[in-house]
Amino acid sequence: MAAILQCKGLSKRYSYVQALSQVDLTVERGKIVGLLGPNGSGKSTLIKLCSGLLVPTSGEILIDGKRPGVASKLQVSYLPERTYLNNWMRVSDMISFFGDFYENFDKAKAYEMLERLGINSRDRLKTMSKGTKEKVQLILVMSRNADLYLLDEPIGGVDPAARDYILNTILQNYNSNATIIISTHLISDIEQILDDVIFIKAGQVALTSSVDDIREGQGKSVDALFREVFKC
Amino acid sequence: MTWELKADRPIYLQLIEQIELRIVSGMYNAGQKLPPVRDLAAQAAVNPNTMQKALSELERSGLVYSQRTSGRFITEDEGMIQQAKESLAKEQISAFFEKMQQLGFSRNETLSLMQQAAKEEE
Repeated sequence: MAAILQCKGLSKRYSYVQALSQVDLTVERGKIVGLLGPNGSGKSTLIKLCSGLLVPTSGEILIDGKRPGVASKLQVSYLPERTYLNNWMRVSDMISFFGDFYENFDKAKAYEMLERLGINSRDRLKTMSKGTKEKVQLILVMSRNADLYLLDEPIGGVDPAARDYILNTILQNYNSNATIIISTHLISDIEQILDDVIFIKAGQVALTSSVDDIREGQGKSVDALFREVFKC
Repeated sequence: MTWELKADRPIYLQLIEQIELRIVSGMYNAGQKLPPVRDLAAQAAVNPNTMQKALSELERSGLVYSQRTSGRFITEDEGMIQQAKESLAKEQISAFFEKMQQLGFSRNETLSLMQQAAKEEE
Protein backbone atom coordinates (compact mmCIF):
# COMPACT_ATOMS: atom_id res chain seq x y z
CA MET A 1 0.00 0.00 0.00
CA ALA A 2 1.26 3.49 -0.86
CA ALA A 3 2.35 5.80 1.95
CA ILE A 4 -0.51 8.07 2.91
CA LEU A 5 1.62 11.16 2.38
CA GLN A 6 4.67 11.61 0.27
CA CYS A 7 6.54 14.83 -0.56
CA LYS A 8 9.37 15.00 -3.05
CA GLY A 9 11.38 18.19 -3.36
CA LEU A 10 8.27 20.06 -2.30
CA SER A 11 8.60 23.85 -2.36
CA LYS A 12 6.14 26.67 -1.88
CA ARG A 13 6.81 30.32 -2.46
CA TYR A 14 4.45 33.22 -1.66
CA SER A 15 5.69 35.98 -3.98
CA TYR A 16 8.99 36.81 -2.26
CA VAL A 17 8.65 34.56 0.81
CA GLN A 18 9.98 31.03 0.57
CA ALA A 19 7.62 29.15 2.90
CA LEU A 20 8.83 25.63 2.17
CA SER A 21 11.89 24.52 0.30
CA GLN A 22 12.86 21.08 -0.93
CA VAL A 23 10.84 19.05 1.55
CA ASP A 24 11.24 15.29 1.24
CA LEU A 25 8.93 13.39 3.50
CA THR A 26 7.13 10.08 3.77
CA VAL A 27 4.39 9.39 6.30
CA GLU A 28 3.00 5.87 6.63
CA ARG A 29 -0.50 4.79 7.53
CA GLY A 30 -1.53 4.04 11.09
CA LYS A 31 0.58 6.72 12.73
CA ILE A 32 -0.01 9.77 14.86
CA VAL A 33 2.57 12.31 13.80
CA GLY A 34 3.47 15.63 15.40
CA LEU A 35 4.40 18.41 13.01
CA LEU A 36 6.45 20.69 15.18
CA GLY A 37 8.17 23.95 14.49
CA PRO A 38 8.31 27.57 15.62
CA ASN A 39 5.95 30.24 14.29
CA GLY A 40 6.34 30.84 10.60
CA SER A 41 8.35 27.68 9.99
CA GLY A 42 5.94 26.38 7.34
CA LYS A 43 3.71 23.99 9.29
CA SER A 44 0.43 25.41 8.09
CA THR A 45 1.73 25.74 4.54
CA LEU A 46 2.60 22.05 4.49
CA ILE A 47 -0.82 21.15 5.86
CA LYS A 48 -2.58 23.34 3.30
CA LEU A 49 -0.60 21.70 0.52
CA CYS A 50 -1.73 18.29 1.82
CA SER A 51 -5.35 19.36 1.91
CA GLY A 52 -5.14 20.74 -1.62
CA LEU A 53 -5.87 24.34 -0.61
CA LEU A 54 -2.50 25.39 -1.98
CA VAL A 55 -0.59 24.10 -4.97
CA PRO A 56 3.16 23.55 -4.85
CA THR A 57 5.48 26.02 -6.56
CA SER A 58 7.69 23.07 -7.44
CA GLY A 59 8.14 19.46 -6.44
CA GLU A 60 5.45 16.93 -5.78
CA ILE A 61 3.01 15.99 -3.06
CA LEU A 62 1.08 12.73 -3.12
CA ILE A 63 -1.81 11.65 -0.94
CA ASP A 64 -2.14 7.86 -1.00
CA GLY A 65 -0.15 7.91 -4.22
CA LYS A 66 -2.26 10.56 -5.95
CA ARG A 67 -2.02 14.31 -6.40
CA PRO A 68 -4.36 16.26 -4.11
CA GLY A 69 -7.67 16.75 -5.90
CA VAL A 70 -11.31 15.81 -5.76
CA ALA A 71 -10.57 12.20 -4.81
CA SER A 72 -8.12 13.10 -2.06
CA LYS A 73 -10.63 15.47 -0.44
CA LEU A 74 -12.69 12.47 0.54
CA GLN A 75 -9.69 10.81 2.13
CA VAL A 76 -8.41 13.90 3.92
CA SER A 77 -10.13 15.47 6.90
CA TYR A 78 -8.71 18.90 7.63
CA LEU A 79 -9.02 21.06 10.72
CA PRO A 80 -7.89 24.60 9.85
CA GLU A 81 -6.30 26.80 12.46
CA ARG A 82 -9.12 29.28 12.32
CA THR A 83 -12.86 28.87 12.27
CA TYR A 84 -14.71 28.86 9.01
CA LEU A 85 -18.07 27.87 10.38
CA ASN A 86 -20.98 30.28 10.17
CA ASN A 87 -21.81 31.85 13.49
CA TRP A 88 -25.56 31.80 13.01
CA MET A 89 -25.68 28.03 12.54
CA ARG A 90 -26.65 25.55 15.20
CA VAL A 91 -24.41 22.56 15.84
CA SER A 92 -27.12 20.30 14.44
CA ASP A 93 -27.12 22.41 11.22
CA MET A 94 -23.39 21.92 10.92
CA ILE A 95 -23.78 18.20 11.32
CA SER A 96 -26.32 17.93 8.51
CA PHE A 97 -24.13 20.24 6.42
CA PHE A 98 -21.11 17.98 6.89
CA GLY A 99 -23.31 14.94 6.30
CA ASP A 100 -24.35 16.39 2.94
CA PHE A 101 -20.82 17.28 1.98
CA TYR A 102 -18.93 14.15 2.94
CA GLU A 103 -20.25 10.69 2.33
CA ASN A 104 -17.90 9.34 4.99
CA PHE A 105 -19.28 11.60 7.72
CA ASP A 106 -20.67 9.58 10.62
CA LYS A 107 -23.51 11.58 12.20
CA ALA A 108 -24.07 9.14 15.03
CA LYS A 109 -20.43 9.41 16.02
CA ALA A 110 -20.61 13.21 15.99
CA TYR A 111 -23.67 13.28 18.26
CA GLU A 112 -22.06 10.80 20.61
CA MET A 113 -18.92 12.92 20.95
CA LEU A 114 -20.98 16.09 21.46
CA GLU A 115 -22.85 14.42 24.26
CA ARG A 116 -19.69 13.24 25.94
CA LEU A 117 -18.23 16.73 25.83
CA GLY A 118 -21.48 18.15 27.15
CA ILE A 119 -22.27 20.29 24.11
CA ASN A 120 -25.90 20.92 23.25
CA SER A 121 -26.50 20.39 19.55
CA ARG A 122 -29.28 23.00 19.59
CA ASP A 123 -26.81 25.75 20.55
CA ARG A 124 -25.77 28.30 17.98
CA LEU A 125 -22.07 28.77 17.36
CA LYS A 126 -22.20 32.48 18.14
CA THR A 127 -23.22 31.77 21.73
CA MET A 128 -20.20 29.55 22.31
CA SER A 129 -16.81 30.29 23.81
CA LYS A 130 -13.70 29.98 21.68
CA GLY A 131 -12.79 26.68 23.32
CA THR A 132 -16.23 25.18 22.75
CA LYS A 133 -16.16 26.22 19.09
CA GLU A 134 -12.82 24.50 18.75
CA LYS A 135 -14.27 21.36 20.26
CA VAL A 136 -17.20 21.42 17.83
CA GLN A 137 -14.85 21.79 14.89
CA LEU A 138 -12.67 18.97 16.05
CA ILE A 139 -15.71 16.74 16.50
CA LEU A 140 -16.83 17.51 12.94
CA VAL A 141 -13.41 16.68 11.58
CA MET A 142 -12.89 13.52 13.62
CA SER A 143 -16.38 12.20 12.79
CA ARG A 144 -15.35 11.53 9.24
CA ASN A 145 -13.99 8.12 8.36
CA ALA A 146 -10.98 9.52 6.57
CA ASP A 147 -7.50 8.14 5.89
CA LEU A 148 -5.55 11.26 6.74
CA TYR A 149 -6.51 13.75 9.43
CA LEU A 150 -4.73 17.08 9.34
CA LEU A 151 -5.15 18.96 12.59
CA ASP A 152 -3.68 22.44 12.58
CA GLU A 153 -3.34 23.62 16.20
CA PRO A 154 -6.27 21.58 17.50
CA ILE A 155 -5.83 22.25 21.21
CA GLY A 156 -4.59 25.83 21.35
CA GLY A 157 -7.73 27.45 22.74
CA VAL A 158 -8.96 24.90 25.24
CA ASP A 159 -8.17 24.44 28.91
CA PRO A 160 -5.81 21.64 30.05
CA ALA A 161 -8.59 19.36 31.30
CA ALA A 162 -10.47 19.61 28.02
CA ARG A 163 -7.16 19.12 26.22
CA ASP A 164 -6.74 15.71 27.79
CA TYR A 165 -10.30 14.91 26.88
CA ILE A 166 -9.78 15.99 23.30
CA LEU A 167 -6.60 13.96 22.97
CA ASN A 168 -8.52 10.98 24.26
CA THR A 169 -11.24 11.64 21.72
CA ILE A 170 -8.60 11.70 19.01
CA LEU A 171 -7.09 8.43 20.24
CA GLN A 172 -10.39 6.64 20.41
CA ASN A 173 -11.79 7.84 17.14
CA TYR A 174 -9.11 7.10 14.69
CA ASN A 175 -8.82 3.72 13.07
CA SER A 176 -5.52 1.94 12.88
CA ASN A 177 -5.37 2.32 9.12
CA ALA A 178 -5.56 6.11 9.25
CA THR A 179 -2.88 8.66 9.99
CA ILE A 180 -3.21 11.83 12.03
CA ILE A 181 -0.87 14.77 11.57
CA ILE A 182 -1.06 17.29 14.39
CA SER A 183 0.69 20.62 14.22
CA THR A 184 1.15 22.35 17.54
CA HIS A 185 3.42 24.27 19.91
CA LEU A 186 2.01 22.45 22.92
CA ILE A 187 4.45 19.59 22.65
CA SER A 188 4.52 18.36 26.21
CA ASP A 189 0.75 18.00 26.14
CA ILE A 190 0.69 15.75 23.12
CA GLU A 191 3.98 13.92 22.95
CA GLN A 192 2.57 11.00 24.90
CA ILE A 193 0.23 10.13 22.04
CA LEU A 194 2.64 10.64 19.13
CA ASP A 195 4.41 7.86 17.23
CA ASP A 196 6.66 10.12 15.22
CA VAL A 197 7.64 13.75 15.05
CA ILE A 198 8.66 16.01 12.21
CA PHE A 199 10.65 19.10 13.16
CA ILE A 200 10.36 21.84 10.61
CA LYS A 201 12.64 24.83 10.63
CA ALA A 202 12.55 27.78 8.24
CA GLY A 203 10.70 25.80 5.60
CA GLN A 204 12.91 22.73 5.77
CA VAL A 205 12.61 19.42 7.55
CA ALA A 206 15.15 19.53 10.39
CA LEU A 207 14.43 16.09 11.83
CA THR A 208 12.10 13.13 11.52
CA SER A 209 12.18 10.52 14.23
CA SER A 210 10.03 8.32 16.41
CA VAL A 211 9.32 9.69 19.86
CA ASP A 212 10.76 6.60 21.51
CA ASP A 213 14.00 6.95 19.55
CA ILE A 214 14.39 10.52 20.73
CA ARG A 215 13.78 9.55 24.33
CA GLU A 216 15.99 6.49 24.11
CA GLY A 217 18.83 8.06 22.15
CA GLN A 218 18.90 11.47 23.76
CA GLY A 219 17.45 10.72 27.17
CA LYS A 220 15.16 13.67 26.92
CA SER A 221 11.61 14.49 26.00
CA VAL A 222 10.59 15.78 22.58
CA ASP A 223 9.68 19.02 24.28
CA ALA A 224 13.21 19.38 25.68
CA LEU A 225 14.77 18.50 22.33
CA PHE A 226 12.55 21.03 20.59
CA ARG A 227 13.67 23.77 22.97
CA GLU A 228 17.26 22.84 22.20
CA VAL A 229 16.93 22.66 18.41
CA PHE A 230 14.95 25.86 18.15
CA LYS A 231 16.74 27.83 20.82
CA CYS A 232 16.42 31.54 20.07
CA MET B 1 -3.10 2.58 40.40
CA THR B 2 -2.68 5.39 37.92
CA TRP B 3 -0.37 5.39 34.94
CA GLU B 4 2.60 7.61 35.57
CA LEU B 5 4.78 8.40 32.60
CA LYS B 6 7.94 10.42 32.76
CA ALA B 7 8.99 12.63 29.89
CA ASP B 8 12.62 11.61 29.45
CA ARG B 9 12.32 7.86 28.85
CA PRO B 10 10.70 5.85 26.08
CA ILE B 11 7.01 5.45 26.78
CA TYR B 12 6.82 1.78 25.87
CA LEU B 13 9.51 0.89 28.44
CA GLN B 14 7.57 2.71 31.12
CA LEU B 15 4.38 0.97 30.08
CA ILE B 16 6.13 -2.41 30.36
CA GLU B 17 7.29 -1.57 33.88
CA GLN B 18 3.89 -0.39 34.95
CA ILE B 19 2.12 -3.44 33.61
CA GLU B 20 4.70 -5.65 35.34
CA LEU B 21 3.98 -3.77 38.53
CA ARG B 22 0.27 -4.41 38.12
CA ILE B 23 0.96 -8.10 37.62
CA VAL B 24 3.30 -8.61 40.58
CA SER B 25 1.14 -6.53 42.90
CA GLY B 26 -1.82 -8.74 42.08
CA MET B 27 -3.88 -6.00 40.49
CA TYR B 28 -3.90 -8.25 37.45
CA ASN B 29 -4.12 -11.87 38.61
CA ALA B 30 -2.37 -14.86 37.10
CA GLY B 31 -4.35 -16.13 34.14
CA GLN B 32 -6.55 -13.05 34.01
CA LYS B 33 -7.59 -11.59 30.68
CA LEU B 34 -6.15 -8.19 29.88
CA PRO B 35 -8.37 -5.38 28.57
CA PRO B 36 -8.09 -4.74 24.81
CA VAL B 37 -5.13 -2.67 23.60
CA ARG B 38 -7.34 0.28 22.81
CA ASP B 39 -8.85 0.39 26.28
CA LEU B 40 -5.46 0.08 27.94
CA ALA B 41 -4.11 2.82 25.69
CA ALA B 42 -7.03 5.07 26.56
CA GLN B 43 -6.56 4.40 30.29
CA ALA B 44 -2.90 5.36 30.07
CA ALA B 45 -3.65 8.17 27.58
CA VAL B 46 -1.07 6.88 25.13
CA ASN B 47 -1.03 5.93 21.50
CA PRO B 48 -2.44 2.42 20.86
CA ASN B 49 0.66 1.61 18.77
CA THR B 50 2.86 2.28 21.79
CA MET B 51 0.71 0.11 24.04
CA GLN B 52 0.83 -2.60 21.41
CA LYS B 53 4.62 -2.42 21.40
CA ALA B 54 4.77 -2.73 25.19
CA LEU B 55 2.45 -5.74 25.16
CA SER B 56 4.46 -7.45 22.44
CA GLU B 57 7.58 -7.06 24.57
CA LEU B 58 5.76 -8.51 27.55
CA GLU B 59 4.68 -11.42 25.39
CA ARG B 60 8.27 -12.02 24.44
CA SER B 61 9.30 -12.16 28.08
CA GLY B 62 6.45 -14.62 28.72
CA LEU B 63 4.60 -12.65 31.38
CA VAL B 64 1.75 -12.15 28.97
CA TYR B 65 0.50 -14.51 26.29
CA SER B 66 -2.03 -14.05 23.55
CA GLN B 67 -4.65 -16.37 22.20
CA ARG B 68 -5.42 -15.53 18.67
CA THR B 69 -9.17 -15.25 18.98
CA SER B 70 -9.83 -14.44 22.58
CA GLY B 71 -7.25 -11.82 23.51
CA ARG B 72 -4.31 -11.41 25.84
CA PHE B 73 -3.86 -13.05 29.21
CA ILE B 74 -1.50 -12.83 32.16
CA THR B 75 0.68 -15.93 32.48
CA GLU B 76 -0.60 -18.70 34.75
CA ASP B 77 2.95 -19.51 35.80
CA GLU B 78 3.13 -18.21 39.38
CA GLY B 79 6.85 -18.96 39.49
CA MET B 80 7.45 -16.57 36.63
CA ILE B 81 5.46 -13.85 38.36
CA GLN B 82 7.47 -14.40 41.52
CA GLN B 83 10.64 -14.12 39.47
CA ALA B 84 9.49 -10.84 37.94
CA LYS B 85 8.66 -9.59 41.41
CA GLU B 86 12.15 -10.39 42.67
CA SER B 87 13.87 -8.76 39.74
CA LEU B 88 11.79 -5.60 40.23
CA ALA B 89 12.79 -5.64 43.89
CA LYS B 90 16.46 -6.00 42.97
CA GLU B 91 16.21 -3.01 40.67
CA GLN B 92 14.74 -0.92 43.48
CA ILE B 93 17.48 -2.01 45.85
CA SER B 94 20.35 -1.26 43.52
CA ALA B 95 18.85 2.14 42.72
CA PHE B 96 18.64 2.80 46.45
CA PHE B 97 22.25 1.74 47.03
CA GLU B 98 23.32 4.07 44.27
CA LYS B 99 21.55 7.00 45.86
CA MET B 100 23.03 6.23 49.24
CA GLN B 101 26.44 6.07 47.66
CA GLN B 102 25.91 9.55 46.28
CA LEU B 103 25.22 10.65 49.85
CA GLY B 104 28.53 9.10 50.86
CA PHE B 105 27.39 5.88 52.55
CA SER B 106 29.06 2.55 51.91
CA ARG B 107 26.94 -0.58 51.53
CA ASN B 108 27.60 -1.71 55.07
CA GLU B 109 26.82 1.69 56.48
CA THR B 110 23.63 1.75 54.45
CA LEU B 111 22.64 -1.68 55.72
CA SER B 112 23.15 -0.77 59.36
CA LEU B 113 21.27 2.48 58.86
CA MET B 114 18.42 0.48 57.41
CA GLN B 115 18.39 -1.93 60.33
CA GLN B 116 18.34 0.97 62.73
CA ALA B 117 15.49 2.62 60.84
CA ALA B 118 13.50 -0.61 60.78
CA LYS B 119 13.91 -0.97 64.57
CA GLU B 120 12.83 2.58 65.18
CA GLU B 121 9.72 2.12 63.16
CA GLU B 122 8.65 -0.96 65.14
